[in-house]
Amino acid sequence: MKRPKDPFATLVGIIIVGLLLGAAAATLQKLGNPPNMGICVACFTRDIAGALGWHRAAVVQYLRPEIPAFCLGAFLAALLFREFRPRTGSAPAVRFVLGMFAMIGALVFLGCPWRALLRLAGGDWNALLGLAGLIVGIGVGVVFLRMGFSLGRSHPARSVAGLAMPFVMLVLLLLAIFYPQVSADPAKPAALFRSTSGPGAAAANIWLSTAVGLIIGFLAQRTRFCTVGGLRDVILMRDFHLLSGVLGFLAAAFVLNQVFGQFNPGFAGQPAAHTNALLNFGGMVLAGLSFTLAGGCPGRQVFLSGEGDGDAAIFVLGMLAGAAVSHNFLMVADGPTAPHIVVAGLVIVCLIGLLGRERFIPAR
Amino acid sequence: MSQNVDARGLSCPQPVILTRAALQQAGSGEVIVTVDTMTQVHNCTRAAEKLGWQAAMQVKADAFELRFTK
Repeated sequence: MKRPKDPFATLVGIIIVGLLLGAAAATLQKLGNPPNMGICVACFTRDIAGALGWHRAAVVQYLRPEIPAFCLGAFLAALLFREFRPRTGSAPAVRFVLGMFAMIGALVFLGCPWRALLRLAGGDWNALLGLAGLIVGIGVGVVFLRMGFSLGRSHPARSVAGLAMPFVMLVLLLLAIFYPQVSADPAKPAALFRSTSGPGAAAANIWLSTAVGLIIGFLAQRTRFCTVGGLRDVILMRDFHLLSGVLGFLAAAFVLNQVFGQFNPGFAGQPAAHTNALLNFGGMVLAGLSFTLAGGCPGRQVFLSGEGDGDAAIFVLGMLAGAAVSHNFLMVADGPTAPHIVVAGLVIVCLIGLLGRERFIPAR
Repeated sequence: MSQNVDARGLSCPQPVILTRAALQQAGSGEVIVTVDTMTQVHNCTRAAEKLGWQAAMQVKADAFELRFTK
């Protein structure tokens, strides 16, 4: 049988989807999402951790519908194209720790790789340091991969293992849509925390965010859109396929930011950002390395969790926990403990990289 | 004699790393790579074709068998 032709797997396919994702992010920002944060998998996961009360930073609490919608969109795409495959068992505890440190690093910079691109597209030049850190982190990860790093094989699992994360995400989405997140009526207390000021209070219409999230999840599952994979494949083997989509994402966001008047160049006074160059760089080295060892960027981990990958689901739960820890221990942005956790995180994740080397991966 | 690579259950980009290593080691002939997701089918095929190998796929019960020839 010949190799199947899938339009989504082509270069044109991933570029078009990259452009659509970048356009969607800039548009969601225009319609209410926080500045330079039309879509940020790290920030939005952090907001969800806040909505659930896992941290009490009052300005970043909102059950963002985009993240559950990403997972469910990918779930629907996987079902439709017969790619839903429940699987798990590839060092889940290590993946949880990697998810935590990926999130901790991203929150020191204040954004996942997607937001790093959106910040750049909005003229926040601090993002250049973050992206430089991301490239270095991925480069270090590639060194470990070349040395034979592996978290081991996953194995086919029962349906329940693959359905768990889409189910959790469905519950979160239904809560976000149907349960009051802000209530002044003491007789009708809100189950979820919701910011009344700050980034957590800025949000596009919930139905719109949900619809856009579902479409993005669907398209990203089909094309395997991955920001970390894009840079990794170029460093590892000069393959520009995934990076083409990432550049499309950046280009579309840049152009639409000009159209919407969302481009404000400079270092100082940028929204949800700080100017500590070393921490912007170091935070993203930690995040880039953690994402690379786990096999993909935060968005990709959410999409994978939607197609039945229980290990990616554990990584996403690690990100939720990492967000809570970051805010509870003042490790966010240029907070007092941020330098300590970046150094400690780099040591721990490098240890994982060294200990995960394998000369031979046994067949199952 | 064809070379076999079992890349089932491995995260990105390990199946591609193993595939490239096997193809480069073989130089020519036939290399069979077994993967278990369409993502890896596309990734490994793209990598092999860049190295000048021809690809054909066979769907197995719970995996995809990629036959690369050059």
